[in-house]
This record gives sequence, C-alpha cells and structure tokens, in this order.
Amino acid sequence: MFERAVTAALAPLLAVLASMVLFAAFLLAAGADPFQAYGLIWLGAWGSWFSWQNTLVRAAPILLTGLCMALPAQIGLVVIGAEGAFVLGGLAAVGVGLPLAGLGLPPLLVQVAMGIAGIATGGALIAACGALRQFRGVNETISSLLIAYISIAVMNQLVEGLMRDPASLNRPSTRSLPDAVMLGNIPGTSVHVGLVFGLLACLGAWFLVFHTRFGFAARVVGGNARAGRVAGLPVARLVLSFCFLAGGAAGLAGMVEVAAVQGAASADLATGAGYTGILAAFLARQNPLALIPVCLLLGGLDASGGLLQQRLDLPDATMEVLRGVLFLTLLASESLQGRISLPRLVRVRVAPVAAAGE
Amino acid sequence: MISTRLTRRAALVGAAATVTATAVRTARAAPYTVGFIYVGSRTDYGYNQAHAEGAAAVRKMPGVSVVEQAKVPETVACANAMETMIHLDGASLLFPTSFGYFDPYVLHAAKANKSVTFMHCGGLWKAGDPVNAHSYFGYIDEAVYVSGIVAGHMTKAKKFGFVAAKPIPQVLRNINAFTLAAQSVDPAITTSVIFTGDWFMPVREAEATNSLADQGVDVITCHVDSPKVVIETAAKRGLYTCGYHTDQSPLDPKGYLTGAEWNWPYLYPRWVAELKAGKTISNYIRGGFREGFVKSSPYNAIVPEAVRKQADAVRDQFKAGTFAIFKGPIKDNKGNIVIPAGTAMGEHDKVLEEMGYLVAGVTGSTS
Repeated sequence: MFERAVTAALAPLLAVLASMVLFAAFLLAAGADPFQAYGLIWLGAWGSWFSWQNTLVRAAPILLTGLCMALPAQIGLVVIGAEGAFVLGGLAAVGVGLPLAGLGLPPLLVQVAMGIAGIATGGALIAACGALRQFRGVNETISSLLIAYISIAVMNQLVEGLMRDPASLNRPSTRSLPDAVMLGNIPGTSVHVGLVFGLLACLGAWFLVFHTRFGFAARVVGGNARAGRVAGLPVARLVLSFCFLAGGAAGLAGMVEVAAVQGAASADLATGAGYTGILAAFLARQNPLALIPVCLLLGGLDASGGLLQQRLDLPDATMEVLRGVLFLTLLASESLQGRISLPRLVRVRVAPVAAAGE
Repeated sequence: MISTRLTRRAALVGAAATVTATAVRTARAAPYTVGFIYVGSRTDYGYNQAHAEGAAAVRKMPGVSVVEQAKVPETVACANAMETMIHLDGASLLFPTSFGYFDPYVLHAAKANKSVTFMHCGGLWKAGDPVNAHSYFGYIDEAVYVSGIVAGHMTKAKKFGFVAAKPIPQVLRNINAFTLAAQSVDPAITTSVIFTGDWFMPVREAEATNSLADQGVDVITCHVDSPKVVIETAAKRGLYTCGYHTDQSPLDPKGYLTGAEWNWPYLYPRWVAELKAGKTISNYIRGGFREGFVKSSPYNAIVPEAVRKQADAVRDQFKAGTFAIFKGPIKDNKGNIVIPAGTAMGEHDKVLEEMGYLVAGVTGSTS
C-alpha cells in the first residue's frame, strides 16, 4: 500500500524537481538569485505560522475545486468546469442566504441552507454535463468548459441586474450577507472553516473511491465502461452521482467564498479557483487524498508570489511561469508513469506494481 | 539549572533587554515602509501605471522604502498581499489601489491592524468605517472635459468614439463630460459609446475601436484600465486620440491630442510625508485640478495655439473652482431633463456620483 503510493508519487515528485530546476534557469535569466527566490517562496508559504495561514486560506478552495475534476476522473470523465459550479454555487448561496437571513432565522440554519444551495447548484450543473455525455454523447470536457463560461456570464448578468444592490454604484454586486451568518475562522487562526470542509471532502472522497463498493464500481466503469455495463453495473447512475458530487464540491467552495471571504457576489466571484483545481487534480494524479499535499503546495506558491515581486522586483508574471512550467513537466511526467519505480534496494517483495487508480 | 526566583538583578537585566529590544525594533523600522498593491500590470499604460508612477515618486523620498505587488485580484489575494506587506515587510502605510479592494478586504485589514494606515483609491470611506482607513478619488471628468474641448476643435467628422468598460456612474460621468465639452464647441458633435463589459478586455477593446472607426468617428477616447490597445488601434486607423489614466502619447505620437491623467506623482509624496510626520488626514478625500488630483497630457504639436488657450482657460477656471460641467438644462439621450435649467452642480455634488444616464448626443445605452 505504502510502496504503491510512493511509486505513484515518484513521477509527480520528479516533475516538481525538474520544474524547480527549469524555473531556476528562468530566474537566472531574469537576473534573480534562484536560492534567494526559493528562500522567499519558503518564507512566504511555509516559513512561519503567519505564512502557513496564508497558504491554508489559499489551499481551501482548491481542495474542493480539485475534487470537481478528480471525482469524475474515476469514471473516466475529464470535467474542467469547476469554475462554473464554483461561481453559480456562490451565487445560489447568496440568493438563498440573503432572504433567509432577512427572516431572522438562526445563523446555523441559514449557513446550512446556503451550503445546500451551493452544493445542489454546482452539483446539478456538472451532473448536467455528465448527463449530456451519458445520454447524448456530448464530450464532457468541452461541455463543462463551455458551461463554465456560460455560468460566469449568467452570474454577471444577475449581479448587474436582478440581484444587484442598488447602492453598489461603481462596482455592481449583490447586497452583503449580514455578519451574523458569515462563516467564522477555525478557532485560534485566521483560516476560515472552508479549509475543514475541503479536508473532510478530500478524505470522504478518498474513502468513497477506494474503500466502498460504489467507488470500486466507478473505477471499473472508468477502466472500461462497456465491461462495466456488461458486468451489470449501473453506469448512468454512477456517472451522474460522481458528477453531482464533483459539482457539489465546487459549489460548496463557491458558497464558502461568499460566506467566508467576499460576503457578497460580484464579478470577483470568478476567482479562477476552478481552473487552479484542474492543475491541482492533475498534480495529484486524480487521487483525492493526494490533493491535500498538492493544494498545500499550490496554496503556498500563491501565498508567496507577492514576496518575489516585493523583494526581488521580479515581474508579476513570475509565478505564472512557475505554474506553467509545473503543469508542463507534470504532463510530460505522465509518460514516465509505470516505467520508473523505487530503486530495487527499497523494493522488498513487491509484485509488478499497477499504479494506483489505474 | 534554571532559577525561577525573580531577583532584582534578573529584573534589571530583563528590563534592559526589553529596552534594547524596543530600540532595535525602532531602529530596524527606521525606513518608513509603504506598500502599493495594483490590480493589473505596472506597465499597462493606464490605471495601474498611473499609481506605479506615484509609487516611484514616493520611492525617491528619503527614509522611505517602497514595496510593490502587481496583478493582485480583488479576492483573498488582496488580503494576503496586505498582510504579507504588514507582517513580513513591516509596512506602516499601504496603498491598495483598486476599487474592489475596499469592501471587505481593506475594512477587515484596517480593523485587524490599527497601527497601519490604509490609503485606498476609490473614494468609498463612510462614517463608521475604521479611522485608519482612508479612501480617495479624483474628479478626472474635469480633465476629460478639457480633452473634449480640444477634440471638439480638431474633429472634422463631428463624431467621437468612446470605448468604455462598464455603464457605471464614474464611467458615464466621463462620457458625458467629454460630450458636453465638445458640444460647447459645436453643438452638432455626437459620441458613440461601446461598453466592453469589463475593465481589461484587450480583444474586445480592439474590436470596439475598429467598429467605431468603421462608423466614421475621427476622435477616439476610452475609459478602460489599460487604454494601450484602444490608442494603438485608433492610431493604426489614422484617428485622433485622447488618452486616459496616464500619458499615452508615445503610443500615438501623431494623433494623440491630449489626455486626462491622474496626478499621483504629485499627491502621493505629499500624503506620505504628512502621514509619516504623524499628521492626520481626512478619511474621505476628493479633488480635481484644484487639489492636484488630475492633469492634462501635454498638447500635441498639431493642436493650434487658439485651441490650447481655450482649453487652458477652462482648466484655469477648474483650478479657481468657478466652472461647473453639469449645468442645466441637460437632457439625457432619451429626452428626459436630468438637470433642470438654473441648476449647476459642482464637482463635489454627491448627486453626480449616482449618475445613471448618458446625455443627449451620446449614442449608447446604460443597460
């Protein structure tokens, strides 16, 4: 088990190392000292409790949007529409939260209702992509990407029209949720509870995928949908359920974004967390548990990017370069998967290893 | 072995250590650190470059060090950037320069860091907000009005094109000021507006500019975060251009008539000096030509002397505080009277900040 995990992690780890070397070359070309730069990244991301909190806040939404890609991947679908589920989930949460809070219901009840609204909306959106795929043969990658664009447009339309707070003159947004119904921080930290949702969701998804019959069935379908159908598996139900859970995770992230961070929905709800989730899921090789360390890495890079600009006067695109390099080396490393394994010294009694999740 | 008994000697040593530590901290904090946060690129020939030019002026001040961070979206990234500047760079003054940073990010950070001063650009502060948060904005429509006068004299087609981001009060006010200025030169002049929908949409801005050029306008101006694409595209089409935010004349040396610019390099060092000296400044700060918030780009060589004189005269009236752009009767482009005859609204009039109409002579819709 452990060894299998290590073997599966080997290629991504090598990819991260390779991208660090490539990025160092880029830094040298930009006239910066790579060691100093990596020192700053460390300082800004994981160097102190203060930095850790920044990193955790950045990691929280990606944990959930990463699941939006990683879960459908188990049944062989490539869904990249997390941004749409995120945005509409957040908008639905505001849409439900404002009137309920206005009725003076207990905050916890309002929060639960907002969470359900976010999950249901995001879930329905991605489930629709799954249904289009399952019943109409529409490529789910394309449909989910396009549905994300449509979702953002719908959100902008509503925020600038029907749901607009008339007092938001120069920056159209909905009315703000009252402070009482906002999600708080984890006690003793400046990290909102969305992080807990993300961690629990990743753990839950991992358990579902690898330790339940339902998850096993899904992986069988992911390996070969026709074989799954022949074996009598309810393929359509599996596809729709996994897509719903995936979208629900991203929708919940959207709810957290409005209920813990922004307080209202505006054009800024499209934070890009949904797209970062794609990168996270790829880095984690679609494993929900591996999403956790990956999101700590990506969150840390996000949190520390500013220091590179502030201290080294590097251009603002520097961190985007690192991300791009990371993504490319990762895609390239896929070809190494299965060809490299732990040195023989460490391999004690392992039969030929099938990489996890394949 | 460690003694837990508090002796007089230990107390003295402890006190000395505390004093030294304080002294060291003060000594290390000696350069007054000012942080600037931008929503876009520092070299966008626009909104963010204007602020970065202000930051560059602050950087030249003795005893002041500047940290900058660009392309910070109006999300938790902004909170992150401010906290990092405060805790890791020791900043005591921050300039979060984008409108959407204020609520909730600046408000939260100001509550959590009471010893830090926040100077936010957008003019959003209201009573009840933290007193260490300030929000300023300028009446740049005054400078747009001056551009409109110059353009009104130079146009032959009598048709202007305006590429705008969103139909919000700040933008509508500029479109209206530009048009009213031109109509004060020749009442037949009209303006066609295209809204792109967002602040930074280079592709749509280029399409809009070309579309306006195809409609036969001969002067183009804009209100988007980065006017670079608009000015360059208009220059290629051989049109006159008027700039916005900062000086875009290098992009269009031939046709760039003048432009409405922010004057942050003038104001920022003054504010920093006052705050550094411990003076209090207002939380709600506004101003136009008179207060040094805005200026006009140098006139192009092709602008005749008579036109320059007329534009300068209007600018001088703004400086003296004797000129009102929005002076009734003004009709909107649907025929309704929006400012009745006999009413002159000064720049500080808050009613103007809720402007929801386009004046007669503007082709375009606010929704």
